[in-house]
Amino acid sequence: MKPDDAADPRLPVKDELKKRIVKGPDGFEFEVDPLQDYYCDARPEVRPGSYVRIVEDLFNWARSESLWILGFGTGCGAIEMRPLMTPRFDAYRYGIQWRPTPRQANLFVISGYLSVKTLKRVIRSYEQMQNPKYVVGLGSCTINGGMYWDSYNTIKKLDEYLPVDVYIAGCMPRPEALLAGFEELKRIIRAGKAEGANLYAKNFDWYKANQKRVIHDWDMPDYNW
Amino acid sequence: MTFDWMKIPYALLTLFIVLNYGLLLTALVQKIAARAGRRHGIPIWQNYVDLLKNYALRTNITHGVMYYLGPVFRLSGGVGLLLFVPSLYGSEVFSNLSFAGDLILALYFIFFGTLGMALGAGESGHPHAAIGVSRGLSQVTAAELPLALAVFSVALQYHTLSVTDIVAAQQGGIAHWTLTTNPLAVIAAMFSFLGSMMRPPFDVVLAPQEIPIGPPTEYHSSYLALMQTNRAIFPVAKMVIYMNLFFGGATSWPVFFLKIFLIYMVSALVGVVFPRFRVEQSIRWFLTWAVPVGVAAILVV
Repeated sequence: MKPDDAADPRLPVKDELKKRIVKGPDGFEFEVDPLQDYYCDARPEVRPGSYVRIVEDLFNWARSESLWILGFGTGCGAIEMRPLMTPRFDAYRYGIQWRPTPRQANLFVISGYLSVKTLKRVIRSYEQMQNPKYVVGLGSCTINGGMYWDSYNTIKKLDEYLPVDVYIAGCMPRPEALLAGFEELKRIIRAGKAEGANLYAKNFDWYKANQKRVIHDWDMPDYNW
Repeated sequence: MTFDWMKIPYALLTLFIVLNYGLLLTALVQKIAARAGRRHGIPIWQNYVDLLKNYALRTNITHGVMYYLGPVFRLSGGVGLLLFVPSLYGSEVFSNLSFAGDLILALYFIFFGTLGMALGAGESGHPHAAIGVSRGLSQVTAAELPLALAVFSVALQYHTLSVTDIVAAQQGGIAHWTLTTNPLAVIAAMFSFLGSMMRPPFDVVLAPQEIPIGPPTEYHSSYLALMQTNRAIFPVAKMVIYMNLFFGGATSWPVFFLKIFLIYMVSALVGVVFPRFRVEQSIRWFLTWAVPVGVAAILVV
């Protein structure tokens, strides 16, 4: 996908997302603007940690020992996450659990290639997660495209669209590699270096420009929580 | 009317003990369920870490006043349930704020948290939360029927609405327990117990794989932490009622811990054996099997 595609006119907004007058069941008419009404489009802010060092260290320890993964398999690598729940690998004993909603999750595992269509959903899910949040890129295709490097609809470098904390290389990495990657992430969190959410807020414009360069039907607010 | 102010620190002490016991107990039961699946399961202290992490999140968003109040209602339901029934029979310190008609209040408090949750989850505006709440309310209501019948049966049997008096009447060994003297009521109540512990086969409401996690879909950070705190307190509080009404109460903390654990294991063991019911199946199950037993308990007594 050429970078100068960004200059192209956007795809037309879908009918259901256009501003319109709706008649309620009681006959009352009101205006609905789906892209504005249902989302908060306030920009994210950099949130510093606790001022007391020892408290922040304690919090970071708790964060590292309680990784809640968003149950969103973005690509074929998601199949390597399932064995982690089984008796053979049992990631629960390391404090790793799966949550079905982005609100409660604090770790996003981008499992494999990201098509542009999925990237859109990934961005929205990522933005709904609460600070601090972490991203793990699973598989070579999140690093440089991997075997999808010349594909017409997958992104190559995940780091240009979301701040990534840990990459786990391989095609695909085994569940053991995932566990090793999570242990590495824990070390980074405990060291206080996993500040991806703040990085995202700080370089928001850069990330948004990158995202909009590949997502042509941008029919969502720039930021939704 | 005089009020003994020392009751407040005593009640807080009860709360502290029950909170820690609840956090460890729920983790232990999860470990036991994991062992049944040949896993190791979460570490025993995992609940503390999760709680700390959720309180420590840096951002949270709100959807309005009821969204705030939902977890607060939920927690006050659990705490109220705990504090208005005696934890230890015959103990000045741990009889809490129990009074003559506390049985009715306890029945109310069991439902109170769910209603608060319904309002809060409704305001979150997430369709999954709304569907989850309607499913949860239907199931809890159906599960509440046999419990109410059993409680009325027990109240008729002992001619009192005071939990303390009911416990007093059961002292003197297992032959005096309601379990022996009124088994039908206990069976009906235990059926209801299975339905309200949010374990399989009745956990469709909160199951992560269903309508993603149901009512708490939008809840996060300290809101979720409040609800997790309640999830440690509320089951124990409910089992305290069961223990007091049906299993002779407890006169010391070791007996208390043991009886609560064993009551919880009923639900845990059923849970690891049976697959999950859909909501309409579980409602039908309660109406077919549990409610008739409850009616019979009232007729027999």
